[in-house]
Amino acid sequence: MSGAAQATRQATSLSDELIAEHGISREEYARLLEELGREPTLTELGIFSVMWSEHCSYKSSRVWLKKLPTTGPQVIQGPGENAGVVDLGDGQAAVFKMESHNHPSYIEPYQGAATGVGGIMRDVFTMGARPVANMNALRFGAPEHAKTRHLVSGVVSGIGDYGNCMGVPTVGGETNFDARYNDNILVNAMTVGLVDANRIFTSAAKGVGLPVVYVGSKTGRDGIHGATMASAEFDEASEEKRPTVQVGDPFTEKLLLEACLELMAEDAIVAIQDMGAAGLTSSSVEMADKGGVGIDLDLDHVPTREEGMTAYEMLLSESQERMLMVLKPGAEPIAERIFTKWDLDFAVIGQTTESGHLVVRHGGEVKADIPLPALAHAAPIYERPWVLREKQPMIAPEDVKAPNSILGALECLMGSAHLSSRRWIFEQYDHMVMADTVQRPGGDAAVVRVHGTKKGLAISCDVTPRYCAADPYEGAKQAVAECWRNLTAVGAQPLAITDCMNFGSPERPEIMGEFVGAVEGMAEACAALDFPVVSGNVSLYNETNGVAIPPTPAIGGVGLIADIADMARIALKHGGDLLLLLGAETGHLGQSTYMQVMTDRLEGAPPPVDLAAERRTGDLVRGLIKAGALSAVHDVSDGGVLVAIAEMALAGNLGVSLEAAPDRLPAHARWFGEDQARYVVAAAPDKADAIHKAAAVADVPVRVLGSVGGDMITLPGETPLSLTALKAAHGEWLPRFMANG
Amino acid sequence: MKASVIVFPGSNCDRDAAVALEAALGHAPIMVWHGDSELPNSDLILLPGGFSYGDYLRSGAMAAHSPVMREVVRRAKAGTPVLGICNGFQVLTESGLLPGVLMRNASLRFICKDVLLKVERNDTAFARQYAKGDVVRFPIAHKDGCYFADEATLDRLEGENRVAFRYCDAAGAVTEEANPNGSRRNIAGIYNETGTVLGLMPHPERLADAALCGTDGAKMFASLVETLH
Repeated sequence: MSGAAQATRQATSLSDELIAEHGISREEYARLLEELGREPTLTELGIFSVMWSEHCSYKSSRVWLKKLPTTGPQVIQGPGENAGVVDLGDGQAAVFKMESHNHPSYIEPYQGAATGVGGIMRDVFTMGARPVANMNALRFGAPEHAKTRHLVSGVVSGIGDYGNCMGVPTVGGETNFDARYNDNILVNAMTVGLVDANRIFTSAAKGVGLPVVYVGSKTGRDGIHGATMASAEFDEASEEKRPTVQVGDPFTEKLLLEACLELMAEDAIVAIQDMGAAGLTSSSVEMADKGGVGIDLDLDHVPTREEGMTAYEMLLSESQERMLMVLKPGAEPIAERIFTKWDLDFAVIGQTTESGHLVVRHGGEVKADIPLPALAHAAPIYERPWVLREKQPMIAPEDVKAPNSILGALECLMGSAHLSSRRWIFEQYDHMVMADTVQRPGGDAAVVRVHGTKKGLAISCDVTPRYCAADPYEGAKQAVAECWRNLTAVGAQPLAITDCMNFGSPERPEIMGEFVGAVEGMAEACAALDFPVVSGNVSLYNETNGVAIPPTPAIGGVGLIADIADMARIALKHGGDLLLLLGAETGHLGQSTYMQVMTDRLEGAPPPVDLAAERRTGDLVRGLIKAGALSAVHDVSDGGVLVAIAEMALAGNLGVSLEAAPDRLPAHARWFGEDQARYVVAAAPDKADAIHKAAAVADVPVRVLGSVGGDMITLPGETPLSLTALKAAHGEWLPRFMANG
Repeated sequence: MKASVIVFPGSNCDRDAAVALEAALGHAPIMVWHGDSELPNSDLILLPGGFSYGDYLRSGAMAAHSPVMREVVRRAKAGTPVLGICNGFQVLTESGLLPGVLMRNASLRFICKDVLLKVERNDTAFARQYAKGDVVRFPIAHKDGCYFADEATLDRLEGENRVAFRYCDAAGAVTEEANPNGSRRNIAGIYNETGTVLGLMPHPERLADAALCGTDGAKMFASLVETLH
């Protein structure tokens, strides 16, 4: 009897409720029946439900993601593998990706965030790379919201404990507080790894009759249907989904990392895929499909940590710290020796076949027999209806209330939830392990040295959700541009990005419109800045009771510094240096942090991004850094020029004397406007001429802001602000907020 | 001089320690797997930082009972210098080579930052290139770094001049504000009776390279090489 016939015989008629519970619509079920040619078994329904989920199939986003630029001479591997790969020269490559773990982190912040970090690290070492840096991008609800403190505490310690135990430094990130994330926080984690360019591993299981090997932790009942959960909206009942959150074990992952890298140094592996979302199902389907082969699995050999697990449970479990490999013939003994040395489970659980089917046996019975294309390619692709929201009007600087004092406003901004120091967070992350962190958290980009060389990898995560909420297109452009600017500000040549697209329900046309706008904005910026997308992740359905998060396309960028001796930092270094602004000023206050903090309004269009100006200014700054003309560099973003200056002063523990701004614009627009494509730089006075000349050639405006020195920030006509007071305001907010639980 | 770095399955500062040792020594140390019961002849044994065996029980508790530790204890008692950094310090207290215990930080949180240390003693193989009273900057990165021992033990440690480093401020004052983790008497590191076993929570190997914005840690490795080569 054929497997299919056997599977059919076991099939009982599945109820409409059961099908709906698996997140499969009526139309999708009809399509499933057509693909399979019969009714599925319950196990098969489970397999389809995860493979056709939004999380695994990208069914709503795929048509749009094709618009993103993904190529360039620096790109070794674009989207489609576990992570993207870029060339670093000298036979070295960087492997990186960012991924969301939003839903689990809201339900169970510690484990949700921890396993998010574990998952993204596995994606990177699956490709043969040793992870060398972790980053994260976190969005929490309003500080006043009852759950925020608990969520911050759990997420931060979850991220910290996992990365710290793994011995991979968490070198930076960004954190926002905004009421629009009250019921849907975002936890996006990014990992960067290093690999020899000729030792990159992929997931295509090419070859028939090859052993399929399971390694790592045992399979339990945790995380069943995580991928389906990540593809549905939240409501009051979501708390009950706690059992679908996985539990992390960073020690086992550390063993898995070392064992995998040890085996990868041998000539043993044909293909390797981590078991992440949708576990064994997704990993086996992807490997077989990419290799153009079939795959037979015998679940009797899967190491389990609980008695009596069914095929359905084993296939859908999202137990962490597991890998699936296809080995070269005869390589089983060496693999087994290495995994045994590291005290990890090792089991041959199947083989590749010519059938073109996924065939799953358990207890001697065929539990599933599905043609692979039905799982990997027949998932519905939706061109969902979308509408663009109406653009908000540009707000003139004069229409935003001026403060009583510029320096008083600066102190308020620096001490606000939005701009206060994130030290309380990053001190919980081991950001120095591996002893290559040459630029620690707090600068524009983190920089880790490429071990054993003088090269540096610059990394930054960016997006400004309030801009994206006002205008997804312009906001997404800004996110890419700011990331590019942050890498530039440390002296790096930006190479490529990964993205984490966090949105509400794509089934609502206005949300789909946000997604479309954001992709188009990103595509334009990536093309203009030669900053392609090499990996990424889409997280939809981030909404609760019909209220969606602001569109949040988080961008994680990587750049290369040829020699870390040339690296720039934000800290002011020398008294007597000049402080200069590079870039044009229009005093744009719409959607600014100033407006948010000082006026209780948050309105208008976000600052437009002139990508040509962005490129001109960035290339100028990078050139000046390399030429050694600058003693400190900081990009201008949230809070505008004066906040940038204050951050430079605090980092260097040196004051500044500012000149009054020319009066073409209101002073508060000049100091707090958030015009893009700008940098504040410090330079020795004898370098000023060269800087002015280079800027003129590059067609970039320059304004002298003042000079470095003393222990205060001074501005004509205002009471000086001491660095001590500024430091207190900046440093106190977050620890005080967290202590007031 | 031959140095051995013990590698437990959850060690994660083993490479960092090896790099710092190699920079001082001019050649690489021997990496010794925890499961080995044989330990090569060594002039120095280093127990690196990390999370040996995951440290889900008590930090360092399981590592103290690994096959290789029996041999490390034997060599230490016979006078071979042993340096335990962070998790290595925890392993040394758990295995009884040093008194006291490392408890959860007073804040209950993991802390990673640079701290200042006062050098309490420089008449050992580990510290001869420092001056007594020097204020040096080392990073810490731990959740269980609060040094605790009963008052009698603390008095004995002080009486026998066995405190190696204390957390201090920039002026060298040993204050409560300068204590990052609640350690009794601001103790960051201690010696055994003979001054040949040193355990400390801060990481000298992380600031032993000018590119990392500090080289105060390099002197510890240079001291060892100067003494033991």
